[in-house]
Amino acid sequence: MGNNKKELLAFVACIAFYAVVQGLLMLDVIGPFWELNLILICINVILAVSLNLINGFTGQFSIGHAGFMAVGAYLGAVLTVKLQLPFIVAILGGAAAAGFLGFIIGLPTLRLDGDYLAIATLGLGEIIRITILNIPYVGGASGFMGIPRYSNFTWVFIATVFTVFFIRNFINSTHGRACISIRENQIAAEAMGIDTTKYKVMAFTIGAAFAGIAGTLFSHYFYIAHPASFTFMKSFDILTIVVLGGLGSISGSITAAILLTFVSAALASYPEWRMIIYSLMLIVLMLYRPQGLFGNKEISLKIFGRLMGGNKRGNTQGN
Amino acid sequence: MAILKATKLSKVFGGLKAVSDFSIELGKGELIGLIGPNGAGKTTAFNLLTGVYQPTSGEIDFDGKSTIGLKPFQITQKGVARTFQNIRLFSELSVLDNVKIAYHFHVKYGILESVLRMGRYHQEEKEIEERAIKLLEIFKLSDKKDEIAKNLPYGEQRRLEIARALAAQPKLLLLDEPAAGMNPQETQQLMQMIKWIKKEFDLTILLIEHDMQLVMNVCERIYVLEYGSIIAQGTPEEIKNNPRVIEAYLGEEVE
Ligand SMILES: Nc1ncnc2c1ncn2[C@@H]1O[C@H](COP(=O)(O)OP(=O)(O)OP(=O)(O)O)[C@@H](O)[C@H]1O
Ligand SMILES: [Mg+2]
Repeated sequence: MGNNKKELLAFVACIAFYAVVQGLLMLDVIGPFWELNLILICINVILAVSLNLINGFTGQFSIGHAGFMAVGAYLGAVLTVKLQLPFIVAILGGAAAAGFLGFIIGLPTLRLDGDYLAIATLGLGEIIRITILNIPYVGGASGFMGIPRYSNFTWVFIATVFTVFFIRNFINSTHGRACISIRENQIAAEAMGIDTTKYKVMAFTIGAAFAGIAGTLFSHYFYIAHPASFTFMKSFDILTIVVLGGLGSISGSITAAILLTFVSAALASYPEWRMIIYSLMLIVLMLYRPQGLFGNKEISLKIFGRLMGGNKRGNTQGN
Repeated sequence: MAILKATKLSKVFGGLKAVSDFSIELGKGELIGLIGPNGAGKTTAFNLLTGVYQPTSGEIDFDGKSTIGLKPFQITQKGVARTFQNIRLFSELSVLDNVKIAYHFHVKYGILESVLRMGRYHQEEKEIEERAIKLLEIFKLSDKKDEIAKNLPYGEQRRLEIARALAAQPKLLLLDEPAAGMNPQETQQLMQMIKWIKKEFDLTILLIEHDMQLVMNVCERIYVLEYGSIIAQGTPEEIKNNPRVIEAYLGEEVE
């Protein structure tokens, strides 16, 4: 019962937040610059939370997330521009295509461990990008141009909330626990009857599908899908958010996505500085807080209760 | 009727024959000991029985069906659970979550029900939690259910590993040196506990243990392994008096 109430509260909070921001957007209190950043934050949240499912919760080290984002960006554009289909179909199509590719790629590569998996996913991300680069039908090296701007705050916000709820609920189920057990100890997980290959591939597929959604939203905001947007550097950006926020913390990924989107916006005119600052940030993080800002903890009402003096402590023990 | 029957199992690592011609037969409801000096191949035998390694040759039948070629998780799902000599808990997770995870393959709700939190999700999650807590109560760990597993003292980690194995609801339980690192009093309690859970959960148990006295006290039958081969088997009384065992394993201890 208490759980359902909390769910409802979270849902109401999302709607209220949406209403306020949407109101401010319509009144032009939030100008185009901040609107752009708002959209980027949401897209980064989707990318980071979905990568966290793979890297943080399941403990597989993937660094090719931008490749799946590219698949969503391009396939979505093909669906809206070439086939004149509605935006929602493009989003679902982008998710399905990226998810399918994640599944196909995941089957062989997830047999690899640690460093090998990282190298394989890095390579695959680049292969996806270079393949797209060589398909004239989607614009080749000059990119896929003339994509309508269907993305707006409403679409992007709904997709973000959906992603966060989906992955959070998945994690808090027996299926999510199966993924986490692989991270904790793969041999013990197998010994407990968990099909570790199945759950690794599942996490990889779900993560890739959400990266596809982020890609479709992305290309339909910037009028263009360009191979240069989906290089290794993009994968590295997403990974930085996940590591900064904490492997295995959804709230951490959200917080870090907000933080790094702002840092990135502030440094927009000095792109060469951005990578230096990112790298320094990671070094400092590794030295002083290797588990990331949030470790594997989540922000919850419990923590707020504790901060407020703890008079509500008794009420939150249900979970 | 034999619940587990292994016939002439061998495992070769490079040039080393870690297990050779290992045959063992466990009757339903038995509590059997597997002993032998360091490096005799006891853990390797467990790894063969649970599918961690594939045998170089030989046959394994569990519940009348061959398990050769099955993956460890498939063998567990057929009803074989185990603990590890070098404890393998989900060390960053809570004590409760460690046990909950082992219910996994009995859970019926699907991905969609998880994500939408509907259907069987709430009911089954509640059941899992209740059953996990009950198991923790049996192992006197329920007041530590929210602690992180790696922060438990050694003896409690060993108990948690057994509790977790039981959550998988096995028919056969394999325990690899469950008393290692425990003090004599803890060991005594653990052995009583093992006898009790065998009855309570209707289990067959195969137990690796270094402490001879202990094995003699609790086990109904004992297999002795040396250099990968079974050199003797029988009741504790027979083993105690077997000259080959005395020579190979017990040395002067028995005198
Ligand atoms: N994966 C492996 N690769 C190579 N050799 C191995 C492997 N696993 C075990 N061995 C070797 O096989 C032999 C038997 O080892 P095993 O761990 O089964 O012995 P044990 O009876 O469990 O010993 P202990 O009492 O020390 O636990 C040892 O010589 C060991 O070095
Ligand atoms: Mg051993």
